[in-house]
Amino acid sequence: MEIFALLGQGFDVALTPTNLMLAVAGCIIGTIVGALPGLGPSNGVALLIPLAFSLGLDATESLVLMTSVYYGAMYGGRISSILLNVPGDEPALMTTLDGYPMAKQGRAGDALVLSGVASFVGAMLATIGLMLLAPLLAGIAYLFGPAEYFALYLLAFSTLGGLASKSQAKAVLASCIGLGIAVIGLDNFSGMPRMTGGSLHLMDGVDFLVAIVGLFAVTEVFVYIESHGKNSSIGVAVSKITIPVRDIVRSIGTMLRSTVVGFIAGVLPGAGASLGSFLAYSMEKAVSRDKDTFGTGNPRGVAAPEAGNNAAAGGALVPMLTLGVPGSGTTAVLLALLMTLNITPGPLLFEERPEVVWGLIAALIIANFVLLILNVPMVKLFVKILSVPPWVLLPGVTMVSFVGIYSLSGSSFDLVLMIAFGALGYFLRKLDIPTVPIILGILLGNHMEDSLRRAMIVGDGEWQYLFSSPISIGLWTAAIVGFVAPLFLRRFIRTPEKHAD
Amino acid sequence: MELKKWVAGVVLTFGMGGAYAAECIAPANPGGGWDFTCRSIGKIMFDIGAVDQPIQVTNMAGGGGGLAYTHVVSERGTDGDLIVAASSATATRLAQNAYGGMTADQVRFLGAIGADPGVLVVAKDAPYQNLGDLLDAVKADPTSVTFAGGSAAGGFDHLKVLMALGRAGFDDIRKVKYIGVDGGADAITQTIGGFTQAMTGDISEVVGFLKAGDVRVLAVLTDERLPGEFGNIPTAKEQGIDVVAVNWRGLYVPKDVSEGDYKMWSNALAQVAASDEWAAAMEANGLAPFTKVGDDFQGYVDQVIGEIQTLSRELGVIQ
Repeated sequence: MEIFALLGQGFDVALTPTNLMLAVAGCIIGTIVGALPGLGPSNGVALLIPLAFSLGLDATESLVLMTSVYYGAMYGGRISSILLNVPGDEPALMTTLDGYPMAKQGRAGDALVLSGVASFVGAMLATIGLMLLAPLLAGIAYLFGPAEYFALYLLAFSTLGGLASKSQAKAVLASCIGLGIAVIGLDNFSGMPRMTGGSLHLMDGVDFLVAIVGLFAVTEVFVYIESHGKNSSIGVAVSKITIPVRDIVRSIGTMLRSTVVGFIAGVLPGAGASLGSFLAYSMEKAVSRDKDTFGTGNPRGVAAPEAGNNAAAGGALVPMLTLGVPGSGTTAVLLALLMTLNITPGPLLFEERPEVVWGLIAALIIANFVLLILNVPMVKLFVKILSVPPWVLLPGVTMVSFVGIYSLSGSSFDLVLMIAFGALGYFLRKLDIPTVPIILGILLGNHMEDSLRRAMIVGDGEWQYLFSSPISIGLWTAAIVGFVAPLFLRRFIRTPEKHAD
Repeated sequence: MELKKWVAGVVLTFGMGGAYAAECIAPANPGGGWDFTCRSIGKIMFDIGAVDQPIQVTNMAGGGGGLAYTHVVSERGTDGDLIVAASSATATRLAQNAYGGMTADQVRFLGAIGADPGVLVVAKDAPYQNLGDLLDAVKADPTSVTFAGGSAAGGFDHLKVLMALGRAGFDDIRKVKYIGVDGGADAITQTIGGFTQAMTGDISEVVGFLKAGDVRVLAVLTDERLPGEFGNIPTAKEQGIDVVAVNWRGLYVPKDVSEGDYKMWSNALAQVAASDEWAAAMEANGLAPFTKVGDDFQGYVDQVIGEIQTLSRELGVIQ
């Protein structure tokens, strides 16, 4: 079995003392980041990138750290959902629906343990899925020419607006803002500067890390200032942690179903963990015999979204690693990390850097066990952290953002730019316009443009060349369906009403 | 990120500046070709006693080398203790006015002591058996062949193709189809996948695919065949196409250094070129011998820049 040999190699890489330490550290940091309202997996990973570089970590080590943080945040998000009725991150939104009612019934401990186990099942099975599926997808390298790549990028943009956001139009607008920003800098085909206003700082384009930190972290600070830290201490106390064996056994079917749904949602480029947890919850509610109790503290309503969003987190790594197309906001940040490490995710990654890929997969498996331990027996530790007052959290986030960006570029121009992105993010949030498509636009815009222009050269300027292979036609179809379908589907699967407090 | 390492480099510079006599600026981040040039040449110069104190390496990334170039021209014009890493990319960008109005005569080129030879490559099942076949196909129908390379349009990989076609008597260079992709590996993948018909790049970029038997190298663009395992690849020259296009690794110094300093550095560089240490470093990094030092090298650079300017003007990359 070649796959076990490769996995064995992966464990050789991952089981070095340094990597183990990084995995444990990443899991702890990730759980904290996930648990703190406002700081989600994408901010956590984005904020830690500078740290990885200043520690001088190599590619595998950085990946181990970042993916542990990523998985950790997926676990941690549920803690504040259950205890505070405030999702620790976006994918944990659905967990509030039944988790908080459970906690109010005095079963906070049960909810935390059950959701921890569900997270483990989802993440573990998704990692196995990643292991089995990714190599299959990796062989398609030679089938992708410029036209196919263009269609693939288009797919990423068109599905992004999908079910995860409320409005297609707003997602399109955000994508266009991102693509517009991507145009800034040198034109790859003529070497001419575009939209730089003559500024040398803009010659190399806008660094996506500046945009990410600005749009996510700095915006969060602005929003926090505005709310004066409201919603921050309305918690429910946890008394004793016991293992609710009956609930876990009764939820096994739920976890397995939700894992499948979540994984598929994760693999689809642009869908991601929020979609995974949302679909898992909706499906579980639909197939369940006791529909009425969903939203009032049904344990399966806690297990489903947690298994779903953790499975989606694993699934999202499949297109990121094999195609270089991120399946979620966090994988977009991970993609940025890989690119700065000089690793080009894509069809060749599995052949060129097997030690990176298999080391990563082994690290994910290790991280999962570490996280199970952290999030079930030791969950009380993280409950304490939620009592961090905003006046500590807020300056902390600001400081980390500024130091992080300055250490990357050493340029005050980027700091100003970052604040500008923070302000932009604040106004966009007021207008309910998602910011992830902007990041995706900045990240992929140049590649998308390059593929289109290459396709036009190879195809002698004939537009039909874009549809000249079954793969590109398939991708175009998926892109169009992915964009149009939610317009109709949204009517049928509505977000369940938020539990009235 | 790369820039962070630059910061680290600057910090090191200020922290350790006092201990060094001379400085080598690598106009890019640690890890790339220019960084390699500075670090290995600097180290060997000291190890073999060509200079009496270690040479300090400063990374100054930005503008594809333009930031360092501007810095040297405007602030270090007479600094005899400064050498700067350069390569064919430096010459190409100077020729195409990509350094914001700076020109090649504002520094003195010291020498090159190694090169990554240019190659033209096709997939193993391609109908083209030699360079002549490929160039004839382009001459007969320019739309029938698309070249892929790791540099942007108008970059050195693109120009190699145009130079070869020019020697073969095809001058309608705007008709030649070229796509610049993200590095040599991508260019090879596109070619093996059949989306493009030929790949233009450096031999170091194709070694893996060549050993795997996926590609056929039609020509290596050097004066003579490569030593060692790639000795069976014919040169373009022996196929009647007189093109020498290599990605050389070398140095320049500020324009107004004293003649004595220029001689001192030329000598030191020549000693490095002749050393066993350099031979080992070249082998480890896939470089072939390519030694031109002093005025000989300045002449070579001027000639290459002239040719690139002519081609770039025809391409419309520069006015």
